[in-house]
Amino acid sequence: MALLYASGIGLLTAAGIWLMLRTRSFDAVLGLTLLSYAVNLFVFAMGRLHVAAAPLLRDPSLEPALANYADPLPQALVLTAIVISFGMTAVLLALAVRSRIDSGDDHVDGDAP
Amino acid sequence: MNALTLIDQLPVLPIVIPLLVGALLVALGHHAAAAPLGFASLLLVLGCAAALGVQTAGGTVISYLAGNWQAPFGIALAVDRLAALMLLVTALIAIACQLAAADGLLQRHPRFPALLQFQVAGLNGAFLTADLFNLFVFFEVLLIASYALLMVTSGREAVRAGVHYVVINLFSSALFLLAAALLYGVLGTLNMADLSLRVAAVAPQDRALVEAAGLMLLVAFGIKAAALPLGFWLPATYGAAAAPVAALFAVMTKVGLYAIARVGTLLFGAGGYASVSGPVLLVVGLATLAFAAIGGLAARDLRTLAAWMICGSAGTLLMLVGVGTHASLGAALFYLPHATFAAAALMLVAGLLASARGTALADRFEAGPRPAGATLLGTLFVVCGLASAGLPPFSGFVAKAILLDSVIDSPAAVAIWIVVLGASLAWVVALSRGGSLVFWKSAAAPEGAPLDEAQPAAFQPGELHEAEPRPGAVSAIVLLAAAGVAIVLFAAPLARHFARAGAQLQSPSDYREAVLGRMPVSGTAPAGVAP
Repeated sequence: MALLYASGIGLLTAAGIWLMLRTRSFDAVLGLTLLSYAVNLFVFAMGRLHVAAAPLLRDPSLEPALANYADPLPQALVLTAIVISFGMTAVLLALAVRSRIDSGDDHVDGDAP
Repeated sequence: MNALTLIDQLPVLPIVIPLLVGALLVALGHHAAAAPLGFASLLLVLGCAAALGVQTAGGTVISYLAGNWQAPFGIALAVDRLAALMLLVTALIAIACQLAAADGLLQRHPRFPALLQFQVAGLNGAFLTADLFNLFVFFEVLLIASYALLMVTSGREAVRAGVHYVVINLFSSALFLLAAALLYGVLGTLNMADLSLRVAAVAPQDRALVEAAGLMLLVAFGIKAAALPLGFWLPATYGAAAAPVAALFAVMTKVGLYAIARVGTLLFGAGGYASVSGPVLLVVGLATLAFAAIGGLAARDLRTLAAWMICGSAGTLLMLVGVGTHASLGAALFYLPHATFAAAALMLVAGLLASARGTALADRFEAGPRPAGATLLGTLFVVCGLASAGLPPFSGFVAKAILLDSVIDSPAAVAIWIVVLGASLAWVVALSRGGSLVFWKSAAAPEGAPLDEAQPAAFQPGELHEAEPRPGAVSAIVLLAAAGVAIVLFAAPLARHFARAGAQLQSPSDYREAVLGRMPVSGTAPAGVAP
């Protein structure tokens, strides 16, 4: 699972950076969105990967070690990061649309050189 | 049991006041009381910053537990000398910004005071927080406010520069988050004081991961601070912003530098980033400064020149942080308020010049008809220009002298002296050439002929020719200049204070003890906080 998860993050990051380096503003927006997905998955993974583990230990017989429960903090961090990147993407999209309307071209510099 | 007094709440007020007032101003909308209310809030924040400055002057680090949760579990705020200084500088710049906006920006953009409040809340939060993820959140708060502030002119230039600015900052946020998550994954905490303790005890095989995360943070902060390979967004963005907003942005690059100094010393000890990345910071700082000097020479209008000077001051500060001795940090802290005030004042002068000469000439370095109120404008230009370039008798000279003296033992002293003095010379040349074109050749030149007629006058769209005096901007410049004069008058005690602040930054044990040693107020503690 770790390999699959890591490859997924790697693929998303690679695709995101490639799109971000393109000169069309819509591509850049998509690239940043993919990059933020990759980052969110990475933050999530930093709480270690668990399957079917609860964030709070209710069973007193289990030792309170990270092996027995899922760390709830990265989940909370991801939630914050998702909200922030969502808002930022909305701002960027509004700007990109405005720039497209102003210049009649979706090149990131306003008009293609 | 023992109730918290207002004094105990002081560290959180510089965030809470502008946040609440900002929300209130959004609700008030076009109401006539909006701007005065915003101004009152800024004055209150200045008062809080001054009170915190007095409290921390003796060397105590004040910490604050948000929600009364004990430190590594909840989010803590901490104020030391450096944070108090940054709060004071921010409050003063914000007051000048709102004063200058009273000349027309406020009337055209009734949302401006609310945005300014959010910007100040974000800046103050970034300076106060002792939690890495919280630092990320406040970075986003101040960035999203700055996107909106950049757009208040909403010209084509601003939109274009805005797209670049938002994209590069989103990328830097992604890097920041990756690095913060990596640190959490290795060290299991995000509280900066706790991080600092655990880095020291990290297993050798994890050391490289911690350093990688620290250096990723350095890149993210470097983008905010406009360090050389990452700073090309700055002149375009600041040149496109309305003058009062550009003046406010003078403090924005300093957030990146603050974060570099703070996180560097907390993670990697007294040497800060210099102990991990070697002389990289020093070289990058010098390169940024040299590049900004060349950019300043090539600038064709005052606003771009001022933007390059902001870039150069970021380079200077980066270089001083890179030298990493406590004398150089003290010099950096002395240089920082001076550079911020001077650059902001120069931006405001550019705005005044642009409105006095109309959209056709704006603040371009071209001969033209004599601008209205040339005597006042010329005086302000000379004072702010000399102060920014570091000539006596203004604050820049003292700051530069302290700076040059502080690096004299560094092995790179010769290179630093050459680049710093060379950059000053380049800026003096650029300023005097521009000033003589604008103020002296003006009467002699024929109407609208020379140099660069190819560019249409799209410099500040929507701004009409206004020849009437602009009391707001003038009073803002006078305020900033007075702050500069105060720096000169109290140079010796200030230099001693800032040297102590640099030493405090380098020995983070006080910071750790203040943050981690703070107990929740008994009786009201939430259940189950005991570690």
